[in-house]
Amino acid sequence: MITAMADTALSVRGLCKSFGALSVAQAINIDLLRGARVGLIGPNGAGKTTLVNLLTGTLPADASSILLNGNAIGGLTPEARVRRGLARTHQINTLLNETTVRDNVAIAIAERDGIAWRFLRFRRCWRTCLDEAQERLNELGIGHAAERTVAELPYGEQRMLEIAIALALRPSVLLLDEPAAGVPSREAHVIHDALDRLSSDIAVLMIEHDMDLVFRFAREIVVLVQGRVLTRGAPAEIAADPQVRAVYLGRSAA
Amino acid sequence: MSEPLADKGLAAVAPSLRLPSAWHLLPWALALLFYFTAGGYLSLGTHVLIMILFALSLDLALGQAGIITLGHAALFGFGAYAAGIFAAHLSNDPLLGLAVATVLTGLFGALVGMLILHTAGVTLMMLTLAISALLAEIANQAHGLTGGDDGLQVGRMAPLFGLFRFDLWGHTAYLYVLAVLFLWSLVAWRIMRSPFGRSLDGIRQNPRRMRAIGTPVWRRLVVAYGLSAAMAGTAGALEAQTTRAVGLGALSVLASGTVLVMLILGGTRRYYGAFLGASVYVVVQNFAAQIDPFRWMFIIGILLMAVVLFLENGLMGLADVVRRALLAVQRRSGG
Repeated sequence: MITAMADTALSVRGLCKSFGALSVAQAINIDLLRGARVGLIGPNGAGKTTLVNLLTGTLPADASSILLNGNAIGGLTPEARVRRGLARTHQINTLLNETTVRDNVAIAIAERDGIAWRFLRFRRCWRTCLDEAQERLNELGIGHAAERTVAELPYGEQRMLEIAIALALRPSVLLLDEPAAGVPSREAHVIHDALDRLSSDIAVLMIEHDMDLVFRFAREIVVLVQGRVLTRGAPAEIAADPQVRAVYLGRSAA
Repeated sequence: MSEPLADKGLAAVAPSLRLPSAWHLLPWALALLFYFTAGGYLSLGTHVLIMILFALSLDLALGQAGIITLGHAALFGFGAYAAGIFAAHLSNDPLLGLAVATVLTGLFGALVGMLILHTAGVTLMMLTLAISALLAEIANQAHGLTGGDDGLQVGRMAPLFGLFRFDLWGHTAYLYVLAVLFLWSLVAWRIMRSPFGRSLDGIRQNPRRMRAIGTPVWRRLVVAYGLSAAMAGTAGALEAQTTRAVGLGALSVLASGTVLVMLILGGTRRYYGAFLGASVYVVVQNFAAQIDPFRWMFIIGILLMAVVLFLENGLMGLADVVRRALLAVQRRSGG
């Protein structure tokens, strides 16, 4: 797939990582165009979360070329990658549990706008952060919980807060690590709806076990097996691929 | 909309911030009242003020930023020796000495922070302990500069602003220390409520979350530790200038433990916890030692056990209990 550089939000070439003899990522190539909706699926232990950690830099890659909006970010720290526009959510809630929901988002906004170093003359800009945080929460339908601490929040709303914080960073690339993990299916539609409404400027890579969600959300699906891209294509092609059925869908289709 | 919103956001950080603003004058009013009524206890009061500053600096590092340290006295002692040596060899101007000791200790803290703050938990605790042990041994060996075991005698300070002489009864010393504590406590208050302080609180709760929003965690901790060190250095310098002596005890692990007990007694992350904890500790220690000079540690020990076992967050937790009770009474009579 050859496209103009300007439209490629994230371009990954030859991403490799192994722990001793165990190879968890073998020459993975992934392209995310602006506005992409790519689903990453694969059986347990395929290396999906590892891939997210390699992209964010939480885990150092053995070899790779990662371009974010045309700039190499492979040598940057995880924090620096975030500031360049690569945001993620976590499979397991990673939030400030003693802090209020609104402050969780406002702290992220302060960080994004570079005012988090301030301890003088902050009153006005912090207020702006709080107002914007409230807006983000309202958009995702958890504005009513803004003043509660995270620990008091129901699990499903904590999952939404993970997404709210990532969006508050105004990323160009968003990595969603099982956004609906652990949410009962009758409540998951709230998360599905929120994901449907994501801005078309953001390129999204989603890991998800919930096949309904992946097939509804993604326009392209990448199948990862033992650290290797088995195949990729449109959801309909993947669903019909006998190879994929064998390694992954087989169990649920049977 | 934005006005009440912002205020609620601030109050949500720590319930203690919800005090009506006039109440914040109370500790300073009490401190001034003490000045006029203390009599022979004035120098004890000066010591309390210095310990409050020291505990407040620990609260910034430990309470706010979650930097687990068993060696905070290294910074207090560094400031004390810096001020003492500066006074002995260069100038006995108190403000100049205080400024130099503060800046040097702050830089020392930032430098140490760069070395150790990529670690956390028990590793960090051991490193802080090791650094304070190293510093104590250096002070012990550098006899020519520090007086080693014999301690360092500090000559009398020059008059403050060239006007106010440091008198034998400690009047000038008390007001001098009070003014410095007031200035630092304003700084600490700002830090706590600022975006910077909130990011430190975030790092304490969950460094992974902070990295995921782009916080340069290590750099921010280094700055926090440097600020905390500067504050502790000021406290040490004040101790050296007002008692006119510095001993190896200022650097000891025991001193680190003592300030930790003060802070936990008062309550961490509560701002006034440092004020309350240091005051109660020094006063109880003083009177318990008068009653029984050999077993006063028992009383401190029992007090600490009672506080950590029965109160949620030190003596400030007691204040919460009282306030909740008052609110309940108010609601009942109102409704």
